[in-house]
Amino acid sequence: MGKKITIEPVTRVEGHGKVTIHLDNQGNVTRTRLHIVEFRGFERFVQGRPYWEAPVLVQRLCGICPVSHHLAAAKALDVIVGAGTGDGLTPTGEKMRRLMHYGQMFQSHALHFFHLASPDLLFGIDSDPLMRNIIGVALKHKDLAVQGVMMRKYGQEIIKATAGKKIHGTGAIPGGINKNLTIEERDAFLHGADPLNIDKMIEWSQAAVDFFKDYHQQNQSMIDNFAAFPSSHLSLVRKDGALDLYHGVLRAVDAEGKKILDDVDYQEYTKYINEEVRSWSYMKFPYLYHLGKENGWYRVGPLARLNTADFIPTPLAQREFELFKAYTNGKPNNMSMHMHWARLIEILHAAEMMKELLNDPDLQGDDLVTKGTKQNEGVGVIEAPRGTLFHHYRINDKDQIEMANLIVSTTNNNEPMNRAVNKVAVDYMTGQKEITEGMMNAVEVAIRAYDPCLSCATHALGQMPLEITLYDANNNLIDRKRT
Amino acid sequence: MSTLIKFTIDGVECMAEAGTYIVEAARENGIYIPTLCNIRGVKPRGSCRICSVKVNGRPMTSCTTPVADGMEIENNTPEINDIRKAIIEALFVEGNHFCPACEKSGCCELQALAYRFKMMVPRFPYNFPRKEVDASSPKLIKDHNRCILCKRCIRAIKTEDGKNVFAFVKRGRNVRIIMDPVLGEQMSDELAQKAVEICPVGALLPREKGYQTPIGKRKYDLEPIGSDIEKK
Ligand code: SF4
Ligand code: FES
Repeated sequence: MGKKITIEPVTRVEGHGKVTIHLDNQGNVTRTRLHIVEFRGFERFVQGRPYWEAPVLVQRLCGICPVSHHLAAAKALDVIVGAGTGDGLTPTGEKMRRLMHYGQMFQSHALHFFHLASPDLLFGIDSDPLMRNIIGVALKHKDLAVQGVMMRKYGQEIIKATAGKKIHGTGAIPGGINKNLTIEERDAFLHGADPLNIDKMIEWSQAAVDFFKDYHQQNQSMIDNFAAFPSSHLSLVRKDGALDLYHGVLRAVDAEGKKILDDVDYQEYTKYINEEVRSWSYMKFPYLYHLGKENGWYRVGPLARLNTADFIPTPLAQREFELFKAYTNGKPNNMSMHMHWARLIEILHAAEMMKELLNDPDLQGDDLVTKGTKQNEGVGVIEAPRGTLFHHYRINDKDQIEMANLIVSTTNNNEPMNRAVNKVAVDYMTGQKEITEGMMNAVEVAIRAYDPCLSCATHALGQMPLEITLYDANNNLIDRKRT
Repeated sequence: MSTLIKFTIDGVECMAEAGTYIVEAARENGIYIPTLCNIRGVKPRGSCRICSVKVNGRPMTSCTTPVADGMEIENNTPEINDIRKAIIEALFVEGNHFCPACEKSGCCELQALAYRFKMMVPRFPYNFPRKEVDASSPKLIKDHNRCILCKRCIRAIKTEDGKNVFAFVKRGRNVRIIMDPVLGEQMSDELAQKAVEICPVGALLPREKGYQTPIGKRKYDLEPIGSDIEKK
């Protein structure tokens, strides 16, 4: 007799997800599904609004990475106001936005690693949920907890100085930025009292990467095998193949490293990417057109970015990138838990980039906005902390938004997250008659590696609430467990 | 010859020229009385009631009532402030005011008053009325979601030969502001800009501009509403 297991996180604003696992009579996993409710409503909500409101409106999609939405929308509107993409802005406009973005990347990754992921790593997936949270980290590893808090604070101060506020600022406007960075602000970031200065941030970022490498050595089998599966990877890369989180062309590689998409101008993304609707999920499944629904899916995020990029244009992160690449002999890395490694290398890169930008006198320039010939449509793409984020707008002749399409990072990772959960279910549930705590934790850890919006806020204060319900083939409830 | 008269506000002795409206007289004595529909230098209408005070124990709108000798005015009392707060809350629930995304945020008088009176959650249920954005004018965008029907645009924005550019249409719940199609189109950029500035909220918006002033540098970031009068 078949069984159906439902894992349902009781969620808050970020989204709502549940996992269903189907077993056959022998206890083999036949099918797993991760269901997520996401934010399609926003695409309707912005219709009719004046286009220049979009960067401020859409960032309310998310309380965790509003800056990414703010910037992706602003980039799309750069095209609409005729400022072009990337290098179309004034140096001050472009670099202020980059600083904002690296500040966001830094604080978001720090939050994820120190608050969400480190408890799993420090205490183990099977450990007591009462310890496996940031409070537990603070009690046992005070220095790590403090570093996490201070790195986040530093990133948030960068956001405040560039966007106007720590969350939901207004800095990026179509064609540029509304402020520059004062000398006082710059000096505070460069030479502030310890620990809030850039050199300390770089030092701590390096230490976090080293921490992970040590941990990896001691827990190699878990880190390498947990929720690992082959996939394609997609991200922006700079024209020359460098890692670039703010701007570039689209590139995708398959599990073996073959380029399956390269040098694509994202204004034309609809020619290359399609979104499939499946009846059981509110979230769409994007895929590369030319490879079809079955094979065209891909991963995005830190792991994908390090798989598509040829190098990292800052020295310390490049050194770590080389070690990372060497581990898989230069081939793409398909191990889900290596997402944490990649994320930490990106933290280091973001810190180095912030230092480079802070030392750039262009940030004190006064030429903030560019305008050109107006267009009625524009696409903005950015590498958000969780992966590639697409914003696409069309306006009418009265400057009102007529159409908006967003593909958020978590949507891009929809299929991979489903695969990861499936992998865990097969590994942990096959032949099992009962739902174990370890099983529930493992599902949670696998989802969390992707840092999807739905899990962030709930876990930051403790346990992501889970419920597993067991049904027999006739849909009779035979067991229920909650964390 | 003008005559100076004496009166009190919350027990403080004040002086002003006879015939001055209370709100102005208070200002001259360094006392702030909140206003919304009032425009300095334009004939008052007394429509929003936010400036309500008690004169010798009776509620009056201070923007339409001239001071008289010996008047005892109550302004900053818990009772009056709660009435003002209730009016602000009513204005919030009657429209769709989403401050965080509004271009006027930081320069909006309604928002500034809500901060001043420490509005948290309105005591009235939200109406969520269905209202539209009208982008048909080449000079301005009208967002009816945010209009508080104060008539400032009607009273203050006139063509050189004194014609009104703005007017009300319909009545009751359906009343809304419209622009004269011809005069609206012919309006100079300066007059359009003046309309944007005269509107206390973000209901009249300039085209293709917004969020130009960074957070922290906006009007009420620098000087909370009323503080310019009170510090004198
Ligand atoms: S548009 Fe502005 S000024 Fe005119 S009535 Fe509405 S709120 Fe008042
Ligand atoms: S300001 Fe006096 S009634 Fe509106």
